Amino acid sequence: MEKAMEREVFRADSPRTETITMNMGPQHPSTHGVYRAVLTMDGEEITHIENHVGYLHRGIEKLAETRTFTQFMPYTDRLDYLGAMLNNLGYAQTMEKLMGVEVPERAEYIRIIMAELQRIASHLIFVASYAIDLSSTTGWMYCMRDRERILDLFDMVCGSRLTTNYMRIGGVAEDVPPGFLPELQRLINDLPACFDEYDGLISGNEILQKRSIGVAPMSAETAIAYGVTGPNLRASGVAFDLRKAAPYGIYDRFDFEIPTCANGDTYDRYYIRILEMRQSVRILQQAVDSFPEGPVMAKVPKVIRPPKGDVYHQIEGTKGILGFYVVSDGTSKPYRLHIHSPSFVNLGVFPEIARGGNIQDAVATLASIDIVLGEVDR
Amino acid sequence: MENLFVNLEASLNRFLTATLPGSLPNLAMALASVVVILLFVLTNVVWLVYMERKVAAYMQDRLGPNRVGPRGLLQTVADVLKLLGKEDIVPVAADKWVFKIAAVTVLIPTIMLFAVIPFGNNLISIDLNIGVFYFVAISSTATISFLMAGWASNNKYSLLGGMRVVAQMIAYEIPLVFSLLGVVMLAGSLKMSDIVAAQKDVWFIVLQPVAFLIYFIAGTAELNRGPFDLPEAEQELIAGPFTEYSGFRYAMFFLAEYGNMVAISALAVTLFLGGPSGPWLPSWMWFVIKVYVMIFLFMWLKWTLPRIRLDHMMQFNWKFLLPLSLANILLTGIAIKLF
Repeated sequence: MEKAMEREVFRADSPRTETITMNMGPQHPSTHGVYRAVLTMDGEEITHIENHVGYLHRGIEKLAETRTFTQFMPYTDRLDYLGAMLNNLGYAQTMEKLMGVEVPERAEYIRIIMAELQRIASHLIFVASYAIDLSSTTGWMYCMRDRERILDLFDMVCGSRLTTNYMRIGGVAEDVPPGFLPELQRLINDLPACFDEYDGLISGNEILQKRSIGVAPMSAETAIAYGVTGPNLRASGVAFDLRKAAPYGIYDRFDFEIPTCANGDTYDRYYIRILEMRQSVRILQQAVDSFPEGPVMAKVPKVIRPPKGDVYHQIEGTKGILGFYVVSDGTSKPYRLHIHSPSFVNLGVFPEIARGGNIQDAVATLASIDIVLGEVDR
Repeated sequence: MENLFVNLEASLNRFLTATLPGSLPNLAMALASVVVILLFVLTNVVWLVYMERKVAAYMQDRLGPNRVGPRGLLQTVADVLKLLGKEDIVPVAADKWVFKIAAVTVLIPTIMLFAVIPFGNNLISIDLNIGVFYFVAISSTATISFLMAGWASNNKYSLLGGMRVVAQMIAYEIPLVFSLLGVVMLAGSLKMSDIVAAQKDVWFIVLQPVAFLIYFIAGTAELNRGPFDLPEAEQELIAGPFTEYSGFRYAMFFLAEYGNMVAISALAVTLFLGGPSGPWLPSWMWFVIKVYVMIFLFMWLKWTLPRIRLDHMMQFNWKFLLPLSLANILLTGIAIKLF
């Protein structure tokens, strides 16, 4: 009782402060889309965060039930619209697993090349948007400049840059055009120098390091408890990558490493992407060196009627484990299709790790988690 | 060429004295200087917006504005026209009077600052004997308008931005003033013309390099420019105190911001870079060239560095910049005593 009284007296004497509730989003420059966070703040310090998603919900999973298996491919482009090739790959491989289709050698190589190019392109966007969320606009522009060349390559093979719709159940839509490989080789030669440039302009910048080292650390336990996958998990020191842990496609033929960082803070989540891009370049080089001849499409019927049953397949997307769960009732349309999207899962940990920082830390933290709202909401 | 503007002023003065009775000519001359300063600020701002975009573009491997007019030169004009045509929105929840007044008052200190700037030899509106003090005093009042804008908008982002402005501008004013003290001690005067005259042999940037660095950093913070653009941090606070402003009211803040950049650069030129003196070219041309070198430095910094964090910004000021500026004053004093 006495203690309570004391506290009252203390309160009356000290200046009264109130927390404010602030909406960050759905229209906000640094929420990477239409994500909304409700911040409870004490001054500039964040005491509580609430995630609100669903502003970009298009019902893609439901739409799938009204489309044939072939027709669903372009919809996957719109999931993680920065990683369309990988979404294509995930869906195509899921269907091939269900139908037991053997993909031709050359198509497998093309797929690896496209997947790794897409991984680099997506990570470049990450590095770019991380830089611009910390107001380093020049860093943004440099990454965008280099990403452009990858998009040009996509343009060469499938005619579009973002929504590629390139892979098919049983292979890829078309063989690569004649000028593709030399252009790819030139890009592979140039990319390491670009990464060095980012190291100088972005990673090595003292202000950026001060703003991100030690900010919003995520321990390996927290990451696993929240189901975080992909680069965010590896930044916390867990060397888990589906390309090594459960190789799909022909990833077991390539020699590459799984980079990890130790602290799991914002800076590590940023830097792991640079390390991963360097590994992707290694894979690309190997794929170009042993690129085989042959057909790019397996013998697949025009109308796909997979056998009754269900299948789950997951690949290492740019942001984590991307899984497709398909239930087939023997008709030409899926009975049910579910997408396990890494962005959605990774976003869950944001309130946990960003709490206690200020609003500037929260912006950097959100950028470091790398969400794409198209995938969060589906 | 050297005396182009001085002669113009003299002939205008003669004309006014001949035509107007009593003390009216003095009043008219004062008005004329205000108009000239306004014109100077406005033309510079129009050019600076274009220059900023071009500088940023070339640093980022792109072209920048290149569609409106030759090499995109008319881009700013088009932008201003667009801003003029925009709907003037005053939020319902805003404190309307303060909201409206803030957009006007923000430009007043900017214009007043130029009264004591020597644009060339004998080209200074009022050569106050407390010129530096006047500049510092006026520039610190700019804070109030930002706070007014942030508070009156009745928006949480604006409020946070307004608070950041006050915290930052008041904090960085102290090392800014202390860095000027070193120069004042060397020149032995607060008068701008005396300070310029004292740099006849050697510029004060040579004698006071630390003071110049402190001035440059603190000046960047005073201008709310990157890496100290916390108050209007787009990624965090949308546009800080200006979030709710639109149309020409927004343009006024924009104008004041670039005007302040010219003013801070002009003071740097006067105090550290020998003022409007230089060989071959007329003095006023040297002044403009030097000011633009300073402005380019500000732009360079902004387009290279990411934004600093609030607590780091404060720590840097109180724990590093302020002691450094005090040490600089002490060393300057000792040096003056010795030599």
